[in-house]
Amino acid sequence: MDLSYTPEQIAFRSEVRAWIEAAMPPHLKRKAEGPGHYEQAEVMEWHKILYAKGWIAPHWPQDVGGTGWNIAQRHIFGEELVRANAPQLSPFGLGMVGPLLIQYGNDAQKKRFLPKILSGEEVWCQGYSEPNAGSDLASLQLHADKDGDDYILNGQKTWTTNAQYAHWIFVLARTNAGGKKQEGITFILADVRNTPGITVKPFLTTGGTDAFSETWFQNARVPQSNRVGPENGGWTMAKALLGHERTLIGGIAESRRWLRLCKRIAAATAVGSSSLLEDVEFRRRIARLEMRLRSLEMVQLRTLAAAQLGRAPGPESSILKLVGTDVEQEITELCMDGMGHDALGWLDSPPEALPEVERGVASLFNYLRAASIYGGSNEIQRNIIAKQILRLPTA
Amino acid sequence: MNFDLSEEQQILVDSVAKYVKNDSPVERFRKQRDSERGYELEAWSRMGEMGWLGVAFPEEHGGFGGSFADLALILEQLGRGLVPEPMIASVVLAGGLLSRLGSADQRKAFLDPMIEGRTTLAFAYGERQGRYHLHECATRAERRGAGFAISGEKVWVLNGHAADHIVVVARTSGAQSDAAGLSLFVVDANAQGLTRTRVPTMDGQRCGLLRFENVTVGADRLLGAEGSALAHIEWAIDRGAAAACAEGQGAVQELFERTVAYLKERKQFEVPIGSFQALQHRAADMYAETELCRSSMILAAIEADDDDEEMRKREISTAKLQLGRGGWYVMENAIQLFGGIGVTDEQDEGLFFKRLRVLQALFGDADWHADRFQRLPHFATQD
Repeated sequence: MDLSYTPEQIAFRSEVRAWIEAAMPPHLKRKAEGPGHYEQAEVMEWHKILYAKGWIAPHWPQDVGGTGWNIAQRHIFGEELVRANAPQLSPFGLGMVGPLLIQYGNDAQKKRFLPKILSGEEVWCQGYSEPNAGSDLASLQLHADKDGDDYILNGQKTWTTNAQYAHWIFVLARTNAGGKKQEGITFILADVRNTPGITVKPFLTTGGTDAFSETWFQNARVPQSNRVGPENGGWTMAKALLGHERTLIGGIAESRRWLRLCKRIAAATAVGSSSLLEDVEFRRRIARLEMRLRSLEMVQLRTLAAAQLGRAPGPESSILKLVGTDVEQEITELCMDGMGHDALGWLDSPPEALPEVERGVASLFNYLRAASIYGGSNEIQRNIIAKQILRLPTA
Repeated sequence: MNFDLSEEQQILVDSVAKYVKNDSPVERFRKQRDSERGYELEAWSRMGEMGWLGVAFPEEHGGFGGSFADLALILEQLGRGLVPEPMIASVVLAGGLLSRLGSADQRKAFLDPMIEGRTTLAFAYGERQGRYHLHECATRAERRGAGFAISGEKVWVLNGHAADHIVVVARTSGAQSDAAGLSLFVVDANAQGLTRTRVPTMDGQRCGLLRFENVTVGADRLLGAEGSALAHIEWAIDRGAAAACAEGQGAVQELFERTVAYLKERKQFEVPIGSFQALQHRAADMYAETELCRSSMILAAIEADDDDEEMRKREISTAKLQLGRGGWYVMENAIQLFGGIGVTDEQDEGLFFKRLRVLQALFGDADWHADRFQRLPHFATQD
């Protein structure tokens, strides 16, 4: 056991910090002063800056575009991005379908898709949930029927986050209606923009933004060469991908950002001639959450270190999702508490009524109610822990 | 960055686990609950022979030159069997201070025999009015000839009822609540003027209530510099907290595993109660808290050796808060899921529960550590 940083790693941190400082354009830096809500175009602008530097996919193997960094370097890099409040990249390509293709895709698929995920030329979204297949994902109904060299897709996906910006979608489709429901599912990639029959309609969320959308498939024709892995073998991959997802969507790095935001809000909130950051009881509330986050960061580091040694993210990653989203919600709740009357404000409240540092906090607070629901609700995560780790009996 | 145990650490963990399984299961602790001392000198000397008492001391101090993390791994295993020998009091607290501050003669007289398992030590610091404030000290040491005369009272002194030598905090200058003016002395258990009352504790162990009435010691019993002991006391108590997290982790892990096993075996309504989703979700949350305890404990154990005082305080407070809150979640639900039998003395789970509650109260509770955390200089900065 050794968690200390070597002189090389300390130098690496300085290098990363200096590079981010120099590479982040002024208009993004201005946004970084606030809660860090970036438009899609700004996220992709930052994506391309990281790509040009060769730092876009530190967690990928080096031969397909990774950086070859060890866990400590990756951790340092992540910490520095949070420190700078840089835009958070879309996870669907880099974090989800990319690693899945690296593990299960054929050579042609890797060659076709991976470079454009890295470059940001192609943005991805996820076609998993359906109106009647939420927590019971395996009951999904969207079906893919063979026709010559193609599949014909019919059905509806929902919560297809960022589909309105996406070029490609990865879809779980039913290819066999009989037998065990998990055994009739196939993993298919579809071109959202150039496939007749695919339509996308964004949702307005309670956060006041259109993060989610619905995607319809009406006789959408997709070549069978876009199938990843064997027909009816999609469930294994779906679960593997959910494992990758759970290590990401606990929002642990984001919680660090919200924690810094919380302290900045408290420092800027006047209480008579003092500030809220001088209030011992409020400081203790922040401290408890910061300490819990610190413990969780250690769980994450242990998970990542195990992954570095070639152990796949197992069901243990459910802890990261379960506790991580809980902490993320609690911190944004604390931000709202800290704002006092300013918590009444909304995205379009005028600047003279609502300080810039607080703009977007209420939106974030509302949006993050989704955190304990998406990526497998936290109740599903508890089921996974109970069954796959603790091996508790089924009723 | 590497979380795996080294080969030496794995051998150490295996040997302690084997000892607990074969020679010190919970039944041994049960027998000691009724004894005067509360533990066995024979077991203590065996721990000395096995080298566990000297693991974390430098080789030139008669130890094995290991890290605090090595010691934490031992404590974690001992926690799984409720092993009652005074590792924290003797090795971590008093032993730690003797190694840090002691002269060669003092180490030879007090530390060496302890490492060999021939004597035990205690650290007397807490006072009635002090709660967790380490600078609160009404006990005084006044110059008397070439030495000092110590008068005052120390409460809840771990192993204070049985130790051969006691490291005591006494004020050589200043007022009761001053940070400056604290000194450390080594006092023999049989010193004239020292009265020791044996105090049974909730967890079935014992500690001491110590009264010093003009206990005279020579100048050679002053440990470290006169009047500037506070930073060293904080250091020792932080390591005590890290040790409590390590032992507590063993107890939390054991309690958790026993609960999961019971959920699989206990039947009601013709099915194992572990098939009920309400209980499965409780168990899943207990699992998460257990893992959080373990992760924070590892970091605290590593940081216990850090010369950077703020880093040490941050990580140790984090782990102690997690033990106090997350560990508590596991404890209370373990008893709840065992049902009525969990509240009987014949069942071991209640013994783990009590030991954990004692560890929570020692070396600063969760609230105290949250408060200390928010006072650290880094807290208000945003990095």
